Amino acid sequence: MDLSYGVEYEAFRAEVRAFLEESWSPGDRRDPERIRAFRGQATERGYLFRNIPRRFGGSEQPLDVLKGQVITEEFRRARAPMEPPGIGVSMLVPTLLERGEPWQQEMFIPPTLSGDVDWAQGYSEPGSGSDLASVRTRGELVDGEWVINGQKIWTSNAQNCKYMFALVRTEPDAPKHEGISYLLLDLKQPGVTIRPLKMITGQSGFNEVFFDDARTPADWIVGKRGEGWQVSRTTLKHERTGIGGAENYLDQFDKLVTLAGSCRRNGRPAIEDPVIQDRLAEIEGYLHAHKYSTYRQLSMNLGAKDPGPVSFMNKLVVTDIGHRIAAVAQELIGDDSLLLPSYEPGHKVGNERWMNQFFGSLGVSIAGGTSNIQRNIIAERGLGLPRDSQGDGK
Amino acid sequence: MKFELSEQQLALQDTVDRLLQERLDRQRLLQVFDSDDGHDAELWQALAEMGVLGILAPEEHGGIGLGMLDAAVVAEVLGRHAAPGPILGHTLATLAIAEGGSGEQRERWLPALAAGTAVATVALDEADGRWQPDEWQLGVSSSGDALSGRKTNVLYPAMADVMVVGVAGGALVLVENPGETMTVRQVPCLDGTRRVAHVDFDATPCQPLATSAERLRDAALVLLAADAFGGARRCLDLAVAYALEREQFGRLIGSFQGLKHQLANLAVEVEPARGLYWYAAHAFDAVPEEAPRMAAIAKAHICDRFVHAGREATQAHGGIGYTWEYGLHIWLKRAVFDKVFMGVPSLHRRRSAVMAGWAAA
Repeated sequence: MDLSYGVEYEAFRAEVRAFLEESWSPGDRRDPERIRAFRGQATERGYLFRNIPRRFGGSEQPLDVLKGQVITEEFRRARAPMEPPGIGVSMLVPTLLERGEPWQQEMFIPPTLSGDVDWAQGYSEPGSGSDLASVRTRGELVDGEWVINGQKIWTSNAQNCKYMFALVRTEPDAPKHEGISYLLLDLKQPGVTIRPLKMITGQSGFNEVFFDDARTPADWIVGKRGEGWQVSRTTLKHERTGIGGAENYLDQFDKLVTLAGSCRRNGRPAIEDPVIQDRLAEIEGYLHAHKYSTYRQLSMNLGAKDPGPVSFMNKLVVTDIGHRIAAVAQELIGDDSLLLPSYEPGHKVGNERWMNQFFGSLGVSIAGGTSNIQRNIIAERGLGLPRDSQGDGK
Repeated sequence: MKFELSEQQLALQDTVDRLLQERLDRQRLLQVFDSDDGHDAELWQALAEMGVLGILAPEEHGGIGLGMLDAAVVAEVLGRHAAPGPILGHTLATLAIAEGGSGEQRERWLPALAAGTAVATVALDEADGRWQPDEWQLGVSSSGDALSGRKTNVLYPAMADVMVVGVAGGALVLVENPGETMTVRQVPCLDGTRRVAHVDFDATPCQPLATSAERLRDAALVLLAADAFGGARRCLDLAVAYALEREQFGRLIGSFQGLKHQLANLAVEVEPARGLYWYAAHAFDAVPEEAPRMAAIAKAHICDRFVHAGREATQAHGGIGYTWEYGLHIWLKRAVFDKVFMGVPSLHRRRSAVMAGWAAA
């Protein structure tokens, strides 16, 4: 057992830390220009966009999981921005690198990395959630253009995005999984209508997107006609699994303990209440189990060994931890959970901010493959139980 | 970073696993479970020859001189097979003598314990769940060389040639060949693979032992957590195997989503805990400032998971799982032992809360 990263990586850590001390102060977080300049410097040093070629604006570093981990840890510590959030960087770019035409890579990757264009994901439809391969939005090739009709839903941030990558049925006579193409399209056109949906929190984060003879050039397709399902699986492969996710929840747990120290129960700090202590300690058991489980997976991945069925479990494990944290937080904040967290100017939001975690943790059990779909995957691919015909999100 | 078992540790697990597969099939395990003494002398001898009984005894005293992580990964395999007998108490007493025994005590006992020709045990509990050193009240004579009073839930006391006993003030003493100065009160045991009894000392001769009682307690918590992980994982494996063999409504029951989800949930409860007991054991060996709290967290978390796994696996088997002769109950009962021995999980969560500074004791 050796939990240290070793001399070479500790030297690398010192180098990253020195760079951050020199180039970043948390006060810069409110200045978009400053953030953009910082990302440029960090990329120059090889800390960001590590697996992306230099000609597209990446830093083209050799694959090194531990360096990636050290960078993440140090940037988090310094509260410095990493790659721009959003699925353009995390999902579209890796897909284009693997399956895109050279001209598509040149046209779309650089402005996505720089944050100049954002992407929306056009996957789910009202009738196609867990059963994603049943998408019905259709595309027909007419005079050198795809003409698209149909509807997407749960599209995060669509009103701010320039482009969308979408699963569109282009081969209506082919079998379900073979009739879909992966199209790119401009959202700023007359045939596209975006309607925000008000979420459970009262905020609007996702949208309905309607296509009414929307158009995109014939060659804005990734992969061949009918290969869209496979291409979209390439993208999913690049989504980060729960590995490394333990740190987020350790932070959240520390905040929960702080909350327990500031809330009162029966006239005493809640953290002195044995019931609260027991529930906190119970969460800590799950949390430490997951922490060392991710260390084990990281260690085995480094040695190109298979960590076994646990790699299918990470999402459900962190979902459960989030639910447990939400339940205890609500016990602690008590009356404050009767309030809707309000961010109106002049209003100071109190402990009811934990209701965002209460709802957010619920969202985690739906987004990116519901918990029941996760259970299918664990049972079938992890435990080797018989497969359902379609219900594994494959 | 290397957070995984070494080649040697994997080989050690594999060797013990193969021995237990050969020597301890379900039928044999049930025989021992149902026997009067809950002991398998041949298995004991085979484990001794393999070095398992002296795993924590130094090499100069006939042991193999390994650390707690090695002992824990073996304990996982023992839990997987529900290996019966006095191994847990024997291993803990061996550790106590190796760490705090005088030269003479070590010389006298460790070679025989490693060879399995002598049996050792620990006597810690004093009824009503008083397992912790600061709760012990057993009296030592003013001269410091004799014990009088009761200890409860002692592993295999009638078989023991030497005992490590917790006494008032949170200290440990050594009792050698107690003979007639000690009365053993047998009790019916739920877990037939780890038998306990109560003992009454009556001016029983004893010697001081310089081992830290807290450290012995932490070792016990780590070994119980490791055993529980092995047992819980086995319950999952048995339930999955049964789901792949049993048919109803013309299909394998493992193809029904209700059961698939139940088993997936169980896997999510159990499988991530492997690294937790590893780290608790590693901390015992190498990170002393974290060891007591990690041992408490691991014991509380994993032993709760084992009982849950035992119940879920039984339910997934249906009626056959509820029978005595099928033997699945052996793991459920072992789970109850692991959960209760050395204190129930809520007590250890409370201890971990106090150690975290969340509140004064």
